[in-house]
Amino acid sequence: MEYGLLIHFEWCTGCHACEVACRNEHDFPIGKYGIKLTEQGPWQYGKNDWEWDYVPITTNLCDMCKDRIDAGEKPACVHHCMAEVMDFGTKEEILKKSAELKGKCMVLFNNK
Amino acid sequence: MTENKPWKEVLDDGTTVIRTNAWSPPGCHPVGCGIKAFVKDGKLLKIEGDPNHPITKGRLCPRCLALKEYVYHPDRITYPMKRAREDRGLDKWERITWDEAWSLIKTETERIKEKYGPEGIVVFEGTGRQPTKTIHPFSTGTLGTPNIAYTQSGWSCYGPRVTITGFVFGAGIPEIDYAGGTPLRYDDPDFVLPKYITIWGKAPLESLADGFWGYSIVEMAKRGTKLITIDPCIRWLGTKAEYNLQLRPGTDAALGLGLLHVIINEDLYDHDFVEKWCYGFDELVERVNEHSVEWAAEITGCDAEDIRAVARILATEHPNSFTWGLAMDQNPNGQQAAHAMMAIVALTGDFDVPGGTYVGVFNDRNNEVGGRLPAELMAKAVGVDEYPALPALLENAHPDIMLECLETDKPYPIRMAWYYSTNLIAPTNSAQPHRWHDALQQKMEFAVATDLFMTPTTMALADLFLPLATFLEQDGMVAPHYEMNPGSIFAINKAISVDECKSDVEIMLHMGHMLNPEGWEGIEKPTDFWANGLARDEDISYEQLKEQTYYLPGLVYRKHEKGLLRPDGQPGFNTPTGLVELYSTIFEHFGEDPLPYYMEPAFSPISRPDLAKKYPLTLTTGKRKITSFHSEHRQIPSLRSIDEDPIATIHPDTAAKYHLKDGDWIWIENDWGRAKERVEVSPIVLPYVVSASHGWWYPEEDGEEPNLYGNWKSNINNLIPHKVIGKLGFGAPYKSGVPCRIYLAETE
Repeated sequence: MEYGLLIHFEWCTGCHACEVACRNEHDFPIGKYGIKLTEQGPWQYGKNDWEWDYVPITTNLCDMCKDRIDAGEKPACVHHCMAEVMDFGTKEEILKKSAELKGKCMVLFNNK
Repeated sequence: MTENKPWKEVLDDGTTVIRTNAWSPPGCHPVGCGIKAFVKDGKLLKIEGDPNHPITKGRLCPRCLALKEYVYHPDRITYPMKRAREDRGLDKWERITWDEAWSLIKTETERIKEKYGPEGIVVFEGTGRQPTKTIHPFSTGTLGTPNIAYTQSGWSCYGPRVTITGFVFGAGIPEIDYAGGTPLRYDDPDFVLPKYITIWGKAPLESLADGFWGYSIVEMAKRGTKLITIDPCIRWLGTKAEYNLQLRPGTDAALGLGLLHVIINEDLYDHDFVEKWCYGFDELVERVNEHSVEWAAEITGCDAEDIRAVARILATEHPNSFTWGLAMDQNPNGQQAAHAMMAIVALTGDFDVPGGTYVGVFNDRNNEVGGRLPAELMAKAVGVDEYPALPALLENAHPDIMLECLETDKPYPIRMAWYYSTNLIAPTNSAQPHRWHDALQQKMEFAVATDLFMTPTTMALADLFLPLATFLEQDGMVAPHYEMNPGSIFAINKAISVDECKSDVEIMLHMGHMLNPEGWEGIEKPTDFWANGLARDEDISYEQLKEQTYYLPGLVYRKHEKGLLRPDGQPGFNTPTGLVELYSTIFEHFGEDPLPYYMEPAFSPISRPDLAKKYPLTLTTGKRKITSFHSEHRQIPSLRSIDEDPIATIHPDTAAKYHLKDGDWIWIENDWGRAKERVEVSPIVLPYVVSASHGWWYPEEDGEEPNLYGNWKSNINNLIPHKVIGKLGFGAPYKSGVPCRIYLAETE
């Protein structure tokens, strides 16, 4: 089964919970990440219009929390995401959901 | 809808899972986020968010996610230690037993009381940690002193908002209605989704301030709520807002008057609510009409049309839900800004209605535990004579007068200090921290600190260090807004023990039974203390709460119509007039202007053009990051690796002017002192503003005097003047701004 993450980054607040939850789960040392936050902005393009997005990106160390999935749980990052902007599911589920979402979103697959 | 699950379960591999709810230590506001602690052989294996929690639903912020690093940190102090008075500031600590610690406390407390009277003892309070609920019974009920002292100039945190709410609404602190107290949450049929949420001078996502689950703003925004932010800084939430009123720091009261001007003069106010429930409307109209919207625009730097547009939204797009933050506290004119905002809540009619501004219930129920002190002794609290409005609801000494008392021994000498979970000489909750440091280090004959790590404050000032338990190591209770804006109550269930650490409540109970046994009769264990509060007005026992881990008593709207705000059970408000006091008779009683007014910040370029030549920029402090709670968490690897250094944000134009770039270390300086931070260049601040971080010290550095873990290097409170406060003693210019200049620091 191929899984993916859907990140509805329109509402990602940049809290870093995904990074720390991932470190806890995989026991990564400081400086290594399974998922890492990136930032776009802030910059202004109209009187009340701003671009300021945070987007978490998975790394090569991400195994989509295989152990947790096998145990029927969500990946650590999805479980703890403060703004509830992350979804986990099969490729089909994620693609379907992404088409239905309003606002900016991104799908992340870890094809190996 | 989430379900109550058992508080404890054992997994097949023998791991015990304890459901509990977070508070402090480590420091945090009383949000009560749901935690699952996985424990085996008495050791914490891991932390997860509890998906059964009705508010947080499994989510946790980085601070709780890094909890294991905190609990088992090699630098954590886990047994009592003492040090000779002459060794203050030196790492000459010696491990002792609790029995020895108790005996030392008893001997010294009795000696000091005999020599100087009970008022010769002072208990210093920090912020957010559990002592916010225990400081009164601890100070008056165990040590017997009236000197309960928060040290931040102008008591500039939460207390001013608590006080103005009590004076004007006769109620507990108001908050956004986030359906916090109902199991169905946003789907509850009684709840209405706010059409707008207005965030005034607050960083709810970064701070989760006051126990309000700030992420409910994101949840409601996703459901269609629109946002308005009022802040000198455009925060991330501000970039999602329909309007940002980016006002000049400290001009909030002028903006409030401008908004009221529109609401009143365009006849947009709720006539029914004003006629039935408000006092002093005509006087408010007169005050508001002394100025124009253009005046407010000129003062605040906001566009007059934006002020009009926002005012029209507030008055016509219902319901609007307000939340307010430290901008109201950390400003000598903050009480007037808060008064204006409260008048807007009343005039727009979104007062305690579904989806409006939910009004709290004032709660000081723990203050009675341990017995009251005689009134004549309470009246000796330092600064009560000079600023009588401050103790009216807070029952505290005045911070600025306390510093003067420590320095001069007037009106009397204080010789014993208890640092009750406070790191006051770090850049957290004082102004001119050098002065506090010097007075306390030199004058105190005996000093005790309760904390978890050695801090600049404990290293410099304490003779006895008592190790505190984290919330994982105790039974307790937590509710948003310190139980004042109810809607949800959470159990803290003990999961582990760490060496000889004790909770604040355990220490208090031991002290109570040792020093004042009659006052503490019947309160034998920590849960008795918490149960005492619960029993007063909740329909649940402590044991039940523990079992089900949370309790949602439901939301009650329009409490003033139902007689729920007054002790006599009559409709109306617990104020002298029984109404919302747009004209405050209590302000008048204390000699303050009864109506909101604007006061130009004392050191702004307008007030002091002379200073502006030397110090052309305006410093505001208290920039929030989610990875720390004030001065805490600096030694936690996962958190420090995210935010490594203190950050000062400056505008790109300012960066260009001073030839500074991202990452440069700069000195921020004025006549009162200087502090070193790292530049972040960003258009989110006004071109003349330096938005600086607070709470920085360096646990990795030499802890002994004079370095004190680098305490003075990035100490932004060096730049905050002493006693530049409002007429009633509230508010200091942490957020309303002080002049400064910046320049490149030498690279280290």
